[in-house]
Amino acid sequence: MVEGGGGRGDGGDKARDEFLSEAQELVDGLGRDLLHLDEALKVGRLDAELINDIFRAVHTLKGLAGLFGATRMAGLSHELEDVLDDLRLGRVELSQAVLDLLFQAVALYGRILAAEGGAGPDPEAEVEQLLVALAQFSQRRVGGGAGVVSQYDLDPGLLGVLTEYEEHRLRTNIQQGQGLYRIRVRFSLATIDSALDELKAKARPHGEIITYLPTGSGADIDTIELEILMASRASVELLRSAITGPDVGIDEVRRRAGPSARPGTPTPVPQEQPPPAHESFAPPTRVGGDLGVLSRETGSVRTPPEPAARKPTPSVLPSLPPPPASRLASPPQMSLRSVSQTVRVDIRKLDRLMTVVGELAIVKTAIANLTERVRTRAADSRELAIELLRLHRTFDRHLSQMQSGILEVRMVPLGQAFDKLARVVRQISREHGKEVNLVVTGAETEIDKLIVEELSDPLMHMIRNAIDHGTESRDERLAVGKPPVGTIALNAFQKGNHVVIEVEDDGRGMDVELLLEAAVRRGLVSRDEAEELSPREILAIVFMPGFTTKEVATDLSGRGVGLDVVKTNIAKLGGIVDVTSERGIGTKMTITLPITLAIINVLLVEVGARLYAVPLANVEEAIGLDESQVRTVETREVLTVRGASLPLCRLSRLFGIPARVRDRQRAFVVIAQVGNRRLGFVVDELVGQQDIVIKPLGRSLKSVRGFAGATELGDQRVALVLDVASLIEEVLAPTETRLLAAAEGGRN
Amino acid sequence: MRRVLVVEDSVSARAFVRAVLESSEFATEHGACEVVEAHSGFDAMRLLPRGPYDLIVTDINMADINGLELVRFIRKSEHHRSTPLLIISTLRAEHDVERGLALGADKYLPKPFTAEQLRETCGGLLRAAHAGIPSDPPSGGP
Repeated sequence: MVEGGGGRGDGGDKARDEFLSEAQELVDGLGRDLLHLDEALKVGRLDAELINDIFRAVHTLKGLAGLFGATRMAGLSHELEDVLDDLRLGRVELSQAVLDLLFQAVALYGRILAAEGGAGPDPEAEVEQLLVALAQFSQRRVGGGAGVVSQYDLDPGLLGVLTEYEEHRLRTNIQQGQGLYRIRVRFSLATIDSALDELKAKARPHGEIITYLPTGSGADIDTIELEILMASRASVELLRSAITGPDVGIDEVRRRAGPSARPGTPTPVPQEQPPPAHESFAPPTRVGGDLGVLSRETGSVRTPPEPAARKPTPSVLPSLPPPPASRLASPPQMSLRSVSQTVRVDIRKLDRLMTVVGELAIVKTAIANLTERVRTRAADSRELAIELLRLHRTFDRHLSQMQSGILEVRMVPLGQAFDKLARVVRQISREHGKEVNLVVTGAETEIDKLIVEELSDPLMHMIRNAIDHGTESRDERLAVGKPPVGTIALNAFQKGNHVVIEVEDDGRGMDVELLLEAAVRRGLVSRDEAEELSPREILAIVFMPGFTTKEVATDLSGRGVGLDVVKTNIAKLGGIVDVTSERGIGTKMTITLPITLAIINVLLVEVGARLYAVPLANVEEAIGLDESQVRTVETREVLTVRGASLPLCRLSRLFGIPARVRDRQRAFVVIAQVGNRRLGFVVDELVGQQDIVIKPLGRSLKSVRGFAGATELGDQRVALVLDVASLIEEVLAPTETRLLAAAEGGRN
Repeated sequence: MRRVLVVEDSVSARAFVRAVLESSEFATEHGACEVVEAHSGFDAMRLLPRGPYDLIVTDINMADINGLELVRFIRKSEHHRSTPLLIISTLRAEHDVERGLALGADKYLPKPFTAEQLRETCGGLLRAAHAGIPSDPPSGGP
């Protein structure tokens, strides 16, 4: 039983979760299919099956949206479905302009889903805008070709169960001069899936399968009989030799002699006679089971079109003014993050986990036995200790197996994020009129699901930058002897416990001189500092907050747009971003990330009597504090460490905890770094390193800043985990007012 | 315990129908139900011999064997010809409904529908079958 199902009129929370996750998968699939469609279209191919898949996906989305009360999604799907229906039924020709709208729809679906999941505003205005654009494309059918079907000896019973799309494919195939065949086949229910795939594979090279009709009485519970309607140019002999099998029979569906349905005769919907136990595509008793009768638009037929094949004329629409892409497609808050919290897991991984659980159960039983023996004093303490130690080792081994097993389950291929990026590349390159190829390697590299989600947006930013500002125009490229189409390489690979992702363009590269000059002008770097910087350090300026100005953007191919945000977001995941660039050759940004976030290595410290955990990824070093070296500069305590001054933050003061009264021991400084900003946390005691599982603080403490979460340490104690990035932000903010002011000034 | 076969290619639509039919509310009003899910027409062909079912609910637009083909098959089969049959589909034009009913479906519930509508429709079909009377005259309008 499903708890609370149906009672609230929405089919239950579990069903709603399923909805969000299925919708997300459909939308992701939609994006992939559109890209394939786009590729095919570029070489002048039209993939009917793919268009139908896309239609079906949108159709399903519409149905789901209706069930779960997602009206915005239902509205969008409804209009999209009309356009796609026109496309798949050949009423409207597929063009880049239509594709643009479809791609926009995918982007909007993402935002609608985010809104449904409570993670963003409802994109009402954008959807309305797109609906208007879509409405211009959806054209009602201009009749066509229905009569051709009646030339064939087809059972009206069959025609009565075809979906509109199947009717259309049947008509189209006949109009293209293909022959019709019926394939009778009997499958064993036990092997039906593989047998069906095999049959499809054999049939595919020779034509198109229109539909599968189950026949027979259903009395035989082990087998299923099918009649398959197939269109093909091949002869019946060829098909018989190609589509083979123990229970396969193939016949040609003959054309009728003489004229087909009498024009002008209204024909009722063919109605199935109650069961003759077995029936095939036998000649109908009533002539005129014409498909036109069944079509959605015609309803009651008055004048069936003449039997001669009449090609449906696809309405080629005057190309619309460039789609409102600039307004619709890339609003600043656009996010590629998916709303789905679901991970698909290979059942074998779960089986392995289950085995480990079994092993742990054995340990549990052993502990129970041991406890019993202690209770009855059947064991002496030495014996007991040995036994306990043995159990502890076994337990420990299984626990780490369990841990790595669960980590593995959390892993998903980076390809999930890359697919969406391919869409962004297409969109941006169309917006900017630049042709760009995205070359992806290592899409199968696995990383924690959580990281993949958080990674989408930073990667999108970087790619946008690469196309927008890195890649030159076609003419510029030709002038310097580069291939006219730019290339952006997206490479991923694993390196030890880290995953490396590179975004590399073959554009104009960054100009170090100009960059430095602008940074000095913005007040981000002083003249003196500028002298000291290495080329690498100069490039890193693009990640500084405030390096986001229009002026700089034009001067410098705008490499700095929002990159500080990228850096911060990557830092939140415990990763780093690096940049290298060569003038005229290109720019490469490299992200290095830990494989998983779930378990992190921390330094445990004591402040007063409390324990805190500092993620080791942020810790540069820990040193003893020599109070005599502490100076005060503009109300801030500063320590000079190896020649560089380090601002200090006494955690006892920050958290309002009385520092432990110490007579002899001195305190310690934990030097933490995020990006290029450093801060020394003064603590009472260094406790040690430990692997911890980080847990969120929960809703009520969500607004408390400075903590990334909490962790249980195993000895019944709990420690708060410091969010180093936000603490540094908080503590250093006043000194950086100058920089921020400069940044604000430049941003407008 | 009534057994209901739900043929639908969308996993969340199946979850929706299951949640409604297996809810305690439905059980109180119409008796407890067990839902058997088929994810395609072919899957349904495989599950049908494992019947009998007290009710079959099917979508129309599915790949390969579509819902209409399934309905036609069910109405011809010795074992399931009198099983109450409900079509749920986004096709909601009058002639779509007419066609579904002409093929032998007992009811036609256009999507989207509310949990309430699904509960009432399924409950009605189960009740009618139980009482051995034909269900209400075919009606399928929203």
